[in-house]
Amino acid sequence: MIPLHWWLIVAAALFCIGLYGVLSRKNAIGVLMGIELMLNAVNVNLVAFWRYITPQVLTGQIFAIFVITVAAAEAAVGLAIIIAAYRRRDTVIVDELDIMRW
Amino acid sequence: MEFFFNLVPLIPLLPLLAFAVIVLFTHRKNRLSSNIAIGGIALSTLISWGVVLATILGGEHVQVEGWQLPVPWLPTGTTVFSVGFAVDGFTAAMLFMVPFVCAMIFIYSQGYMNLGQPNQDPRYARFFAYISLFAAGMLGLVVADNLLLLFISWELMGLCSYLLIGFWSFRNRDTEQHIDEAQVKRARAAALKAFITTRIGDVLLFAGIALLYSYTGSLNFREIFRPETLEHLQEISLLGQPAVTVIALLAFGGAVGKSAQFPLHVWLPDAMEGPTPVSALIHAATMVAAGVYLVARTLPLFIAGFEVAHAPALQWVAVIGAITAFFGATIGLAQDDIKRVLAYSTISQLGYMMMGLGLGSLVAGIFHLLTHAFFKALLFLGSGSVIHGMEHGHHKVAHHSDHHAQDDFNANDMKVMGGLRHKMPRTFWPYMAGTLALVGIVPFAGFWSKDEILAEAFHLFQESGSLSLPFWVWLAGTLGAFITALYMGRQIALVFWGEPRHEAASHAHESPNSMTVPLMILAVFALIGGFANAPFLGSFLHHFMGEVHEASEVVHSAAVPFSLAVAGISTLAALLGLLSGWAIYRNYRAGQVEPFQRWLGPVFILLRNKYYVDELYHLVFIQPAVWLADQVFNFDNRWVVDPLVNLVGTIGRVASEITRVFDTVAVDSWMVEGTAKAFNGLGDALRHTQTGRVQNYLLVVSVTVLLLLGLYMAFL
Amino acid sequence: MPVDQIVKTVVFVIFTVMTLGGGLGVVVSPRIFHSALFLVLSFAGVVGYYVLLDAGFLAAVQLLIYIGAIAILILFAIMLSRGLMAERQSQSNQQWWIAALVALLIFVVLAAVLWRVDWPVASQQALASPSNAISQEGSQLGRDLLGPYVIPFEVASVLLLVALIGAVILARETES
Repeated sequence: MIPLHWWLIVAAALFCIGLYGVLSRKNAIGVLMGIELMLNAVNVNLVAFWRYITPQVLTGQIFAIFVITVAAAEAAVGLAIIIAAYRRRDTVIVDELDIMRW
Repeated sequence: MEFFFNLVPLIPLLPLLAFAVIVLFTHRKNRLSSNIAIGGIALSTLISWGVVLATILGGEHVQVEGWQLPVPWLPTGTTVFSVGFAVDGFTAAMLFMVPFVCAMIFIYSQGYMNLGQPNQDPRYARFFAYISLFAAGMLGLVVADNLLLLFISWELMGLCSYLLIGFWSFRNRDTEQHIDEAQVKRARAAALKAFITTRIGDVLLFAGIALLYSYTGSLNFREIFRPETLEHLQEISLLGQPAVTVIALLAFGGAVGKSAQFPLHVWLPDAMEGPTPVSALIHAATMVAAGVYLVARTLPLFIAGFEVAHAPALQWVAVIGAITAFFGATIGLAQDDIKRVLAYSTISQLGYMMMGLGLGSLVAGIFHLLTHAFFKALLFLGSGSVIHGMEHGHHKVAHHSDHHAQDDFNANDMKVMGGLRHKMPRTFWPYMAGTLALVGIVPFAGFWSKDEILAEAFHLFQESGSLSLPFWVWLAGTLGAFITALYMGRQIALVFWGEPRHEAASHAHESPNSMTVPLMILAVFALIGGFANAPFLGSFLHHFMGEVHEASEVVHSAAVPFSLAVAGISTLAALLGLLSGWAIYRNYRAGQVEPFQRWLGPVFILLRNKYYVDELYHLVFIQPAVWLADQVFNFDNRWVVDPLVNLVGTIGRVASEITRVFDTVAVDSWMVEGTAKAFNGLGDALRHTQTGRVQNYLLVVSVTVLLLLGLYMAFL
Repeated sequence: MPVDQIVKTVVFVIFTVMTLGGGLGVVVSPRIFHSALFLVLSFAGVVGYYVLLDAGFLAAVQLLIYIGAIAILILFAIMLSRGLMAERQSQSNQQWWIAALVALLIFVVLAAVLWRVDWPVASQQALASPSNAISQEGSQLGRDLLGPYVIPFEVASVLLLVALIGAVILARETES
């Protein structure tokens, strides 16, 4: 079987790619996509741990399912916020949504 | 009789149900709402007394082993939190008192909140909803068989105390004409103070519970008090102490907040900004009793691994108790507000209970808790009746002499009362019974319970034979008893004797039956309550609840023999104090300088200002917090640092942070500004982006995570 | 090395290329629409991972929810907010290079930590012979969700409902 380390490192790489996307994208939808990548990385971790460390107990998969649920909710609300912001401020560029600035 | 045990869950659930029904359905119907609340607590009382009877008849088996009903709750993966109910002798003793006193207070509230009168409180129904919830919290706490349910109930009470102390801070400006803005403000401040102060203790308690759970994997009393669990807990070392001691002290921190022990006592006197029945509820049957109950319930944790006389956690309890008992009593000497005197008296009496527990005697502490609940509820309700009568009188005067009531009349001020024993005889006699019980005159309830604590201390002192802790505890207790008698003598002389010192007092009026009848019932208990554990009647309570902790193998209880010397000294002190207080103030006239003030001078001022503890806290905690907030605000405002500067500046910031912390007191605004300017210049030079953008913040977070991970790596 | 091992490894590499390549495409592609398409690719790679990890149910869920729902939702959102982000400028903000540096450093540190830890992997035997949980994974999952995890399950359903209503309210056209 493929060693557990590989899975974890691939997941870490995916997480960091997602993080980079969240930090660097101008478009709010791009930020959201970065978040989805990070959540996927977490899920890969959870499932890999389940398969390699506790294959008898399904806790890892259950957690992954809950993460997916939360991700779905997050995507729906996040996109709704973006649409609402777009309608009010005519932009989806994160840098321009800065009414909270000092 | 066993049948009653199956109804135990209903004891807290009935008031909870009453709360829900009032809030959801009947909040527009005042009379119905209060009747539902009273009905709920009355049924609880009936069931509770049935349970008490069943426990008495059940014999030693039920009283020591207890009856249990575990309920699995929140199955989360492989862990299942079990919350359940349990009744043993100790719980039964509490169940005798709590719902009954609550019921009396509920009935009294119907009169106090002026049901059916033109000046009925506009949030009448809501008041009954809140006090029902309050009672549900306390009852849940008492019947809980685990710390989780106990903590939930504990927090429920915290919330209710906030809502009820601040009850008069929510006023509808559209419908009410006369809103006393100062009172609204005071009520709001008092509610916040109570909430925040008790919160300090709650956090400690929560930390203790979390620690306990992480070490033992259980919060069930029966399981954590097993000898092997306790042994396991005392073997783990935490901060150089056995873990069990740390946990016990954290739990005691919770009790200090809830039971208003020094130094977290500050909220209790202010808590009387709420309606008087609430004060009675907080001071007698619920809230403050919860802290004492917690310490008593977890007593094995305080002792585990040590001799009773040398357990460090227990010694803390005794020391704090003794300090509180003495300190509270002295402040009571110099207060003018009738309820404030009683509040400090409560603090002082709670100190006695902690003293009793701190000496390792469960029964002594709880016995005093029970008797105190009866007579302190009586005194508070009595004072409420007096205030009610005074307000009535004031109303009449203001009505007659047309000039509108704009003078600064304070119905709580004892200085404006006087001679009320003729005006309000049905309040006066029960009040006297309460006073004698509090002061500890034979055969009133307080005598027996206070004597038991002092006898315990004296007994330990004799055993050890040196001037160690028990001696000082005994001394503080006995002096406290004298001072208690002194301020109560002063109080009854000022309120009930002498000439009326204000028109309102001469027009004062007896309160309605719904208020005076509970007073009389409570007075009976204040008179006979002490016989429950009177030595010459066989110390019933000792047999009934003394052995609930035997299974833990660390708490042993044996009744201390009655000591005529101890009882004699404290009775003498009490009589002396009461009579001299009464004699000194009997003929006090309006406008005179108080005798105590004349004799004690600056000490009296110190006492009147409660040893300036509030001011000290303001200076030490609140002002620095505000100052820090200001500084942080400035810091944030000036250091508009973009992520690059953050990266570059982190090192510099850490360094400046250290210097800042280093001389927090002497921080120099020039320094701060100078550093800020330097960095600001740097920031201007290197500026690429500006803050106010999520991604910048997130980047800072990421950098922090990176640094933490790096640290972790370095030490892995 | 047995043949199935080699096959597995090759498949793993292919899925990794899909996942990470797709991910990189998401974060660097100059057009947001292309980003979304790369996202689908990346999700598909993760589906492959789940299959390799014997998590068939999750693979299906990933396919349905991530690719079928979330990615499509994102595409819709892009189309609804189009025209603004025309190809007039770069898709990355000014801090992109710091972000890249930080992300890279975090990856290095994480990888180093992960590499060093000696994970308590179950025995070869337990891994090789599929346990009950693996062979009947779907039904076992259902039992667990309605058994010991029923409360989180219910909470999740409430969360979804709240998100649904919240999204509708947030995105609704406000009457002025």
